[in-house]
Amino acid sequence: MKPALFGKTLNELTELAVALGLPKFTGKQLADWLYKKEIDSIESMSNLSKKARALLAENYCFGLHAPAKVQESVDGTRKYLFKTATENFIETAMIPFKERRTVCVSSQVGCKMGCLFCMTGKQGFQGQLSAGDIVNQIRSIAEYNEVTNIVYMGMGEPFDNLDEVLKSIEILTAEWGYAMSPRRITVSSIGITPGLIRFLNESEAHLAISLHTPFHEERQQLMPVQIAYPLEEVIDEIRRWDFSGQRRVSFEYIVFHGLNDTVRHVKELCRLLNGIRCRINLIRFHPVPGTPLQGTDEETLQWFKDELNKRGLLTTIRASRGQDIYAACGLLSTKALSGKKG
Amino acid sequence: MKQTVLHNDEIAPGVFWLGVDRKHDFKAGQTVKVGLGDDLPPRIYSICSGNKDAELRILFNIKEDGALTPKLAKLKPGDEVRISEPGGSFIGTPEPAVWIATGTGIAPFFSMLKSGLRTDAILLHGVRRTDQFYFRDIWEEMLGERYHRFCSGEESAGAMRGRVNCFFDVHEPPEGRRFYLCGQASMCVEMRDLLIARGVPFTDIVTEIYF
Repeated sequence: MKPALFGKTLNELTELAVALGLPKFTGKQLADWLYKKEIDSIESMSNLSKKARALLAENYCFGLHAPAKVQESVDGTRKYLFKTATENFIETAMIPFKERRTVCVSSQVGCKMGCLFCMTGKQGFQGQLSAGDIVNQIRSIAEYNEVTNIVYMGMGEPFDNLDEVLKSIEILTAEWGYAMSPRRITVSSIGITPGLIRFLNESEAHLAISLHTPFHEERQQLMPVQIAYPLEEVIDEIRRWDFSGQRRVSFEYIVFHGLNDTVRHVKELCRLLNGIRCRINLIRFHPVPGTPLQGTDEETLQWFKDELNKRGLLTTIRASRGQDIYAACGLLSTKALSGKKG
Repeated sequence: MKQTVLHNDEIAPGVFWLGVDRKHDFKAGQTVKVGLGDDLPPRIYSICSGNKDAELRILFNIKEDGALTPKLAKLKPGDEVRISEPGGSFIGTPEPAVWIATGTGIAPFFSMLKSGLRTDAILLHGVRRTDQFYFRDIWEEMLGERYHRFCSGEESAGAMRGRVNCFFDVHEPPEGRRFYLCGQASMCVEMRDLLIARGVPFTDIVTEIYF
């Protein structure tokens, strides 16, 4: 299969144009066609000569992939299934809320991280997504022109595919690309410290960290990453950065019954996050098959939120969306489609 | 920290056991970050030697699409390598244990064994080829019948044909033991689910995934 133009940065487009013997400015023209105009073929790039278009088409494909399937929830959330350039399947959620249209994109096919509460983790890891695969999840959905926010909270661990994730953010935010504000983009990670440092240095997007318990032993049982990259190390790194301006850091916390919903956890969270300007997002647990975990009840969830707020930690409860179509947090999976290529 | 390579032995095709002077104390099961001081980011490897040994060793295989491991494989005694201080919390405890590994995931358990931590552990080791049963003689000598081998890619004398989870087709998970899983994500996640389904509390399962 020919390599795709869609998903390449301006520098890459300029390099490939020059390599094909085309003028250097063709790179900028290509970026305009790819990211500012709604075409889907090289043939439609009408300000390029016929010869240039033929040369490009001989060596590259445009690179857009339409969704293979769409499901709609009773709450309006839509889940899109995409086949990637490498013939794997990924899922993307589009979550409408009032005037907002938030797209939750995947960054990998499956995931290596093996979190105990996550459906994606159960399918294992089938491959990395390219920047084109990531941006395509926004460009190729019906709501493309209405998208207000992008969250990297779909399948996969973004910091385990950071080159392509950063490239996708560049395409989304650069003037030559979609020119979105990085403040409309949030990247969520379980906290891989080297990736975190690079992300904070090379991007201006918001950061979300999956925390889930402030205690080492408990987190190690829920999230094997804790063994290699302990939360304390992640928090120490976050403390070195200034989040008092427009860039935000938030912490995601799935509340499990009897496991991480006690006053002990409230106190330890306060100690751990003391001095960091942040928000905690409490998330209802959406049970996955065979899980030994249970979500906490609504009363405890509310109590937990109130206790954290009382102690000065800004805490909200995230609305569960798309649960009926398995689009809610932690439920994305294409395990059933693994190996069904073509 | 810069270190001089003392050994880099190819103990099976494409699998190397690299040794340097041990400069730090560590707990059996811990990891080090290994790099070459170039642009490539360091990678984490389990220590594969005893915590009183003069040498600190790591076990690695050449990843086909990897950037670092082909370079590590070319290191000769006298070459320079960067090794961090030990870290990580995949640490053996005095409780009775079941060690479950695939491929080079055997490394932390070798460290636990060589550190004298648990000689009464049960070890399940799953590989694709017979030559990947690393340190087999030592395991056989130290663990005897508690050493179980599984080979998924070929018939292998004395080993069960199939993946490591075959063990639980014919055995119940032993009670009163802590389960340590180390290796690829797919094995760890499947094994963890299997153990939980068979009644092992998730709090008794410690998982180290090779990311």
